[in-house]
Amino acid sequence: MRTGTNPVPALLRGIGAYVLVALALAFFALPMLWLAAAPFDAHPGVTASLPDFTLANFKRLWNNPNAVDSLASSLILAVGSAVLVVGLSALAAYALSRVRIRGRDGLLYALLLLSSIVTGTAAMVPIFLLAAELNLVDSYLGVILVLTGGLLPAAIFILKDFMDTTPRSYEESARVFGASPLRVMWDVVVPVVRPGLATVGVWTIAQVWGNFLIPFLLLRSPDKSPAAVVMYTFYTEGGQPDLALISTFSLLYSLPVVLMFLFVSRRYGFRFHGGIKA
Amino acid sequence: MGVIARRTALTAAVLGAGSAALAGCGSPLDPRGGGGGEIALTVATNAISGGKNADEAEWIERWVIPRFVARQREQGVDVRVDFLPSGVDDEQYKTKLALDLKAHAGPDIMSLDGIWVGEFAQAEYIKPLREVAGPDVADWAGWRQISAKVRALARFEGKLYGIPAGTDARVLYFHKPLFRRAQLPVDWQPGSWQDILDAARKLKRLQGVIPLQINAGTAMGEATTMQGVLPLLFGAGGRLAKGDRWYGDTPELRAVLGFYRDVYRSGLGDPKLQQEAKGRDKSFERFAEGSLGILAEGDYFWRDVISPETGIAPMKRRDNDVGYALIPARARHEATGGRDHVSLSGGAVHVLNPHTRHPRQAFELLTALHSAPALKARLGDAAMITERDDVNDAVLDKDPMLRFCADKALPVTTFRPPLAAYTAVSLALQEATARVVAGKSPESAAQAYRKELEEVLGGSDHIIG
Amino acid sequence: MAATTSSADPSPAGPQGQETAEKGKRRQAREEPERDAAGLGRRRAAAFLAPALLLVALFLVLPAVWTLYLGATDYRLTGIPAIDPAFVGFDNLTKALGDDGFWRSLRLTLVFVLGSAVIGQAGLGFALAWWMRERTGRLRTTLEVLVMLAWILPSSVVAFLWIAFLDRDGGTLNELLRTPGAAWLLDHPMLSIVVYNIWRGSAFSMMLYSAALGNVPASHLETARLAGAGGLQQLRDVVFPRIRGHILTNLLLISLWTFNDFTPFLITAGGPDGATETLPVHIYKTALGSGELGYGAAISFLMLLINLVVAVIYLRLLGQRNKSGTAGKKSRTARRKARGSGQKEAA
Repeated sequence: MRTGTNPVPALLRGIGAYVLVALALAFFALPMLWLAAAPFDAHPGVTASLPDFTLANFKRLWNNPNAVDSLASSLILAVGSAVLVVGLSALAAYALSRVRIRGRDGLLYALLLLSSIVTGTAAMVPIFLLAAELNLVDSYLGVILVLTGGLLPAAIFILKDFMDTTPRSYEESARVFGASPLRVMWDVVVPVVRPGLATVGVWTIAQVWGNFLIPFLLLRSPDKSPAAVVMYTFYTEGGQPDLALISTFSLLYSLPVVLMFLFVSRRYGFRFHGGIKA
Repeated sequence: MGVIARRTALTAAVLGAGSAALAGCGSPLDPRGGGGGEIALTVATNAISGGKNADEAEWIERWVIPRFVARQREQGVDVRVDFLPSGVDDEQYKTKLALDLKAHAGPDIMSLDGIWVGEFAQAEYIKPLREVAGPDVADWAGWRQISAKVRALARFEGKLYGIPAGTDARVLYFHKPLFRRAQLPVDWQPGSWQDILDAARKLKRLQGVIPLQINAGTAMGEATTMQGVLPLLFGAGGRLAKGDRWYGDTPELRAVLGFYRDVYRSGLGDPKLQQEAKGRDKSFERFAEGSLGILAEGDYFWRDVISPETGIAPMKRRDNDVGYALIPARARHEATGGRDHVSLSGGAVHVLNPHTRHPRQAFELLTALHSAPALKARLGDAAMITERDDVNDAVLDKDPMLRFCADKALPVTTFRPPLAAYTAVSLALQEATARVVAGKSPESAAQAYRKELEEVLGGSDHIIG
Repeated sequence: MAATTSSADPSPAGPQGQETAEKGKRRQAREEPERDAAGLGRRRAAAFLAPALLLVALFLVLPAVWTLYLGATDYRLTGIPAIDPAFVGFDNLTKALGDDGFWRSLRLTLVFVLGSAVIGQAGLGFALAWWMRERTGRLRTTLEVLVMLAWILPSSVVAFLWIAFLDRDGGTLNELLRTPGAAWLLDHPMLSIVVYNIWRGSAFSMMLYSAALGNVPASHLETARLAGAGGLQQLRDVVFPRIRGHILTNLLLISLWTFNDFTPFLITAGGPDGATETLPVHIYKTALGSGELGYGAAISFLMLLINLVVAVIYLRLLGQRNKSGTAGKKSRTARRKARGSGQKEAA
């Protein structure tokens, strides 16, 4: 790394760094190999190996009555939650960032800590009974609202930070021209914090996409089950996993979030605070 | 102002309208069904087409329901029946049903594991069949075909809560080619635990073969209790519970744990297999590929796991290569009741939701699930021990192994006590076996079990010994 | 159910992140974020907040408080206590505190958090961010995408990948290392889930540190780079003081996150024989496996308290570190004063 003077240590260090990078690449790539190989294998086992190539597993999955529908359900839940979470947390974060409210930080931390209880198994009875009381059982809306409630504190936390670092001067000038606060937020703040909104959106979608407990508890109709729930049905009476279906479904199930991530990171930049140069 | 204000308003509208719409229509949660003159019923089991127990799900959806609906229509009753599939772990399925029932909702008919009947009854989630559907339930002709022993699956504190959906039995499977190589008889029938250990020792001489698999530890879950501890315990003349009291550190339990020690501490079994999350599946694979000699399992291992065509670990030559024997008592006449052999049975029970709005039709649908033609349709070419003697007479001849289970194992079988504490007790038994496999003495494991019992039962009042 | 268990969450470090919860009120007025540039006013601010707070109150606070209440009863999912739960007060808490199983789970959880989050994810995340800081090109993109993929894949899929990867017979790892039959999940269960969690979560630390390093002036980084053999020391003296806030905020978040992570259950089911039964798994087994919802809720409450302690420790440390960070050389008095007052300064 040192420039010029002594090439040998620099060379060694360069090689060392690349060896480490190669190790890191291997570390992150190896566990994923199976996902790339097994779905195309006629007889998938647990070993990632060059597949005995077939597309039969996809065909079998296509014929599975629940698999394809479940992805649509997941999409509804994820997008619905993401819209609510991003929208509501942006409004709340903006207000919290610009107006001083007593006990604000304490409240945020308390909510963050409480959210760990609600996502645990011990809270399932209260959540279920609450949803039953509100007539929200077996509706997408119920799942979306419960998940949104759980994710909002964290989302507000993230976004408030983005909002804190945006320059105020534009807002002030916009205000001088008579724009309402909502208008200011929409026209001035939102464009600046877009990477933050994208981050929160992707994060919400990833969380909802993988959530099993809440949709499992609250949904009843089989055609509403999201992928996370259906994933657990590829077992037989004795509880053995059907590796062909599981690997193939895993791949299809993962693709949307992966594509979304790639799209968002390319389009908006996917990063945390500091990405915005205030 | 524009966009965001409109969005917010839109969100509010969606939220409002959403809940209003939901309040309006009957969700499947609501057992009273939708509006209009139509009678709506729902059936739930832990089966899903294209997943877990797929054939059961398909049978209900495609065979039972259409025929039931058609028959009702002939009688001038307009019925709509929905099947609510699940395909998850039993614990999760149970949780979901319990929550539904707690909210006085849930499916009209549901399948419960027989072992849950007691705890669901105690929680008043379910009621005796007679209370839900009236005294007419006794008139169903099918009752005569269901033996008292099988009916016990659906019984709690002397009352019948539903109709059992078949039963099963546990036996010892052995791999005949391995037995030949070890110069053991292929018509093996051990008469004592010692016979099992002797056979295992001979198998141990074969390269790369695990001689014996008696499930142990918590990773196997209930399979440890059902296929391991309990058959051994009853085989040693012990008991698990009497009334609502549980046996603690008894000599019989120590004998059982001693057997575990003999198996796992002298290389007759593979201790690792008992700890792996997927250990049971692995034991199936091992058996199928011929690297496991003797395996204690339920009859579904034969029907399902190693079934030549549809199995998960299929054995093309199953009928030739796989032998089966009754699980012996510790020694002759030492099993409970002076028997020579033991088995253990369980099975599902179909119950009615006490809050069903149409108890009459629900009961009719319940019996439709248990008619002889329905069961025969369910089985097709396969065989299984059903709840009905008349069906068993006809179908079991297709499969000598199941005939063996019905004729030889069922007469010596035992059911687990239908008490709410069972699950916790069962876990404590699994932990006791895990301790022995890990190297503790049977005595200390039995003492630890006694202590654990006190903890789960909240004191010694409900413990004998 | 795994994914959300970790909702104790990501958030970037920022000025407000450097503040202790209980000291929030003492916020310094000179900090810019308070400026109401858009002329929102209190009433409109409240209107902006209302929808989010309403949802949170109904679907988060209510069930959480309800759960805490259940923790004081002997409520069960089935059996007699299901219809008639008795109020038992602190019995569940004392039972948990007297239970070896609880302490073992707590110990395992702490090992899990320390090993996989505090050391593993933060360390690897920083190393990755450091290496990537001014690189472009295919290698960097590939690595970044792989790290992010590990973070974004659904838990149930990831669990399967790791089960397959570490499998005793024929798992990819054994094939690669030529160690057939090595039972990683049985012989080294904690190590396995620690390594798994490093793999799973390093992306977050990487992103956060990348952002943090982006804020360190290039000239400072240059100094660190030119330092040559003493690079690590330079890193410590030049770079770390600038990103201390980020480091601690990151540690706080990933610690809480890991503490509540349920995914290890999907891989090991808490086994073998409870060797990986961390607290969330312990609660799951108690509440769902044995149906003891009251007791499970009480353990949840204890877990909340522990989370709180962890959070407070970090936040205090944050105040203290910032103080000494700005002061350059840490003097004992300065540290004591920082601890005492809990005030912080911008880094």
